[in-house]
Amino acid sequence: MDYFLVVLLQIAGAVGNLALISVGLAVIFGMMRVINLAHGEFIMLGGFAAISSVQAGINIWLSMLVIAPLSVAMLGIVVERLVMRRLYGRMVDTMLASWGLSLLLIGLATTFFGNRVVGIAAPVGSFRIGDYSLGAYDFVLAGVVLVIFAGGYAVLRFTRAGLIARATMQNREMASSLGIEPSRVYAITFAIGSALSGLAGGLLAPISGVLPTMGVAYVAKAFITVITGGASVITGTALSSTLLGSINTVSTFVTTPVLGDVALLLAATIFLRLLPTGITGRIFKGAP
Amino acid sequence: MTFSAFSRVGGTHIALAAIAMLAAITILPGFAPLYTLINVTLYMSMGVFALSLALLWGYGGILCFGQSAFFGLGAYAYAIAAINFGDTTLAAVFAILIPALFAAGLGYFLFYGRLSDVYLGVITLTVTLILFKLINSTGGDAWRIGEARLGGFNGIPNTPLLTMPFSGIPLSPAQMFTLAAILLFATYALCKVLIVTRFGRAVIAVRENEMRAELLGYNAKRLKLAVFVISAGIAGLAGLLFATSVFVSPTMFSLSMAAQVLIWVVVGGLGTLFGPVAACFALQMATAALGKLGLVDPNIVLGLVLIVFVVFVPGGIQPALAALYNRIVSPARQSRTLEEVSR
Amino acid sequence: MKISRRLFLGGTAAALTAPWVNRGFAADDITIASIYDLSGGLEIYGQPIDACLDLAVSEINEAGGLLGRQIKVQKYDPQSNIQLYTQFATEAATSLQAATLFGGITSASREAIRPILSRYQTLYFYSPLYEGGVCDRNTFLTGSTPSQTIGQLMPFAVKNFGKKVYVLAADYNYGQISAKWVRDYTAQAGGEVIAAEFFPLDVTDFSAAIQKIQREKPDVIYTLLVGGNHMSFFRQWAAAGMAGKIPIVSTSFGGGNEHIVLTPAESNGVMAAFGYFQEIKSPANEAFVKRYHGKFGDNAPYVTEHASATYNAVHHWANGVKKANSLDRMAIIEAIESGSTVAGPGGPSTIDPKTHHCATDVHIGRVKDHSFEILESFANQPPADTAAVCDLVANPNDNQQYVIQ
Repeated sequence: MDYFLVVLLQIAGAVGNLALISVGLAVIFGMMRVINLAHGEFIMLGGFAAISSVQAGINIWLSMLVIAPLSVAMLGIVVERLVMRRLYGRMVDTMLASWGLSLLLIGLATTFFGNRVVGIAAPVGSFRIGDYSLGAYDFVLAGVVLVIFAGGYAVLRFTRAGLIARATMQNREMASSLGIEPSRVYAITFAIGSALSGLAGGLLAPISGVLPTMGVAYVAKAFITVITGGASVITGTALSSTLLGSINTVSTFVTTPVLGDVALLLAATIFLRLLPTGITGRIFKGAP
Repeated sequence: MTFSAFSRVGGTHIALAAIAMLAAITILPGFAPLYTLINVTLYMSMGVFALSLALLWGYGGILCFGQSAFFGLGAYAYAIAAINFGDTTLAAVFAILIPALFAAGLGYFLFYGRLSDVYLGVITLTVTLILFKLINSTGGDAWRIGEARLGGFNGIPNTPLLTMPFSGIPLSPAQMFTLAAILLFATYALCKVLIVTRFGRAVIAVRENEMRAELLGYNAKRLKLAVFVISAGIAGLAGLLFATSVFVSPTMFSLSMAAQVLIWVVVGGLGTLFGPVAACFALQMATAALGKLGLVDPNIVLGLVLIVFVVFVPGGIQPALAALYNRIVSPARQSRTLEEVSR
Repeated sequence: MKISRRLFLGGTAAALTAPWVNRGFAADDITIASIYDLSGGLEIYGQPIDACLDLAVSEINEAGGLLGRQIKVQKYDPQSNIQLYTQFATEAATSLQAATLFGGITSASREAIRPILSRYQTLYFYSPLYEGGVCDRNTFLTGSTPSQTIGQLMPFAVKNFGKKVYVLAADYNYGQISAKWVRDYTAQAGGEVIAAEFFPLDVTDFSAAIQKIQREKPDVIYTLLVGGNHMSFFRQWAAAGMAGKIPIVSTSFGGGNEHIVLTPAESNGVMAAFGYFQEIKSPANEAFVKRYHGKFGDNAPYVTEHASATYNAVHHWANGVKKANSLDRMAIIEAIESGSTVAGPGGPSTIDPKTHHCATDVHIGRVKDHSFEILESFANQPPADTAAVCDLVANPNDNQQYVIQ
């Protein structure tokens, strides 16, 4: 029975992990139809920002929850201003630009950080369930993810800013003729999306290897999760992370890690086949 | 056929390409150093790969993130068939057939499920990643098809070189170069001709507006499936050429290979054929040259180049060059055309 | 009137490559080529290798060079891309006419270029540790193979910690073959591998594995995880409160700076077996490390076994050239086969003529505060795994990599 509980907790952890790495991309893609191929590198930079600020003596929680997202958000603002602004509506060109950005960021990170950066250890300890020892940090992650998603849902659904954001997302022209400035909405959204990616990187730093090339492992999974989720940013990503994360974890426990990964990919394929515009293209359509 | 008709169906482009190809195969093998021939052969195999996606995405409107799946399948099919049957010509046929068959199955799954746009792209991405992960784990001796060990991450070393049909003598680098050049030209010509046939026009119509094409009586699903299969076959051919120039390994299915071909098409010009091939050559040469310089991390340079490129050359190389050409050669004609359009 | 773009491109391709041929090399220098990844993800392995290659070459040059000539290295960075490996190897062999080539980090890259170097008759040295089995007269391999390291590590583990071994390995050839050797040597030592899990190279989430391990309750864990993504295991292991609870042994930990990047809380106590550690206390090594830091500064990359084996490889080649008194490939091969020993920093490295692999010392080290303390050393371990399948003296034309069962 202990083991069963452990597996359940692991599923929660895996789902949280997947949701965390996907939400930044979901915001940017869901709101602006921009495929940000540099998403993995934003995560990476968030990780390095967190590590650097911890090494400069700043409290670890502050580094992960505040400094990491803020630094990447600033980068996002710069990128949006210089590059993305000219490319809205041209999804293909945004792919190319963000791929170039990803290469550039990997190159810069390799040059400045290299491969000798000492990481940071998890800031919370572990606890026991029967014979098993589990990291409490996974719960911190899951907790943060819940807050982000709940908060995001609340903002989009109940606040005026959220209304503006959803309006711009649904119909840019109509929104602008109602007095909203779409370019400003896009800029803010890109910054928020980048901040969320940076936050993911900061939070993942204690439990993953932070190296300049770590982003590559995340971008494909995040992209697949976001697309499977469909048009709704919060609901879609939440649903797809839950489904795909659970399938991945259960398959890994039952078979091997390779087949666990394959199972995630197959599941995404099947979901998309059954629901061709993502999960929230059919179920919970129109939810934020 | 009048010249303008000939030109409209792409005849001038094909003719120019033919001249270039003939010039290349007569001049280069005599004068260029050996490794230039080998490198250009490699670039040409990637050029064929670029053409496959240029056709599928530029003209078919199907954004396929996983084109590398067919590329890799072609290479593996060739290597396994060549090792098992010994005859490379038959193996070459497999290299084109197996990806095409796989695409037929996958395409049926996709198009008849009414998937489109990014969603379709993501499924193709998952397919190439699944293949990557699965083949990576086939390192043990037990994993073999016939006599060919799949080799896992190390790939299939000593992929048999293409031989002259019926003779078994491996092609020399100069002969491989000539073959690759002819195949690249043939693929280009095939794509060009395909576009002007009734079939090609219908495919483009589906890309433009699928509902309208269906209302006009065209079977959009079947058309998309057909162009998907053809492009997979071309990608398989590219895989075959790549296998004999480099070697067969699971990295052919990797995310970076899938992204590279997308980048070539975008940089070259989505909706053109020559552009992606040119972009493929240019970016490959740039990457190789950067690797020799050793001054600065190559990713920094490449990344900056791409960003600057997309900001200043929207649409890609070929449309930009064409616009430049029009502006230099016939500014007057350009304004007349605008007048005609606005009427 | 358009200039044919294809011809233009073809001409440019030829023109672009021409200037690189004789750039900066004096007419009577000996040119050798090196192809190691210095960017793109594998640079964590490539940079120390590159540094030690430089060190070895400069030592030889300072001592007067070879045959009265200085050695110049043409370096290529394939950016972790196998296609570039083949392009550069072809160029080095055909256009550059390099006297010899040192290159390749992963086995995949080695297998991509080995046939090319054979075809164009350029002598090849492969120095990183790998899964064993390459049998090729044109190639010398100076890195350790599983029988050398695992052969000592598993008896050590079983003797000191217990009989039940749990294996975690990267899911590719090196991981799979090493896992087989772990099974064999553990069984020989009286132990048993109770489970083996293989992970794709891009997996970052090990929580399922960690829980499975706790269910199985092994006495010792053997890991062969490679790359930055796999470092996450040690982070998550510590986060789950398991650091130090079950002993961990490895033949890959440390090769990618794991002990430097992980905090002491995460990495202390992990044991590894290699043919070389930078912390070995011997006069030869201390002098070597001093020279290394003297040349590259105190922040130079940590010297791994890949790097020290590269240093040895360069000196083996130099031995061959001096003995043969020529740059002729076959003469050098025969000279090295007749006996070449390098007093390397990890201990003497001796080429075995039958396999072209090296008999080396093997050391077991334990991580303590970002460095290793050496626990035991075993002298002169022969490359037994490759020797079981490969005999170049009897079959000089053999040219393949055997998958050792």
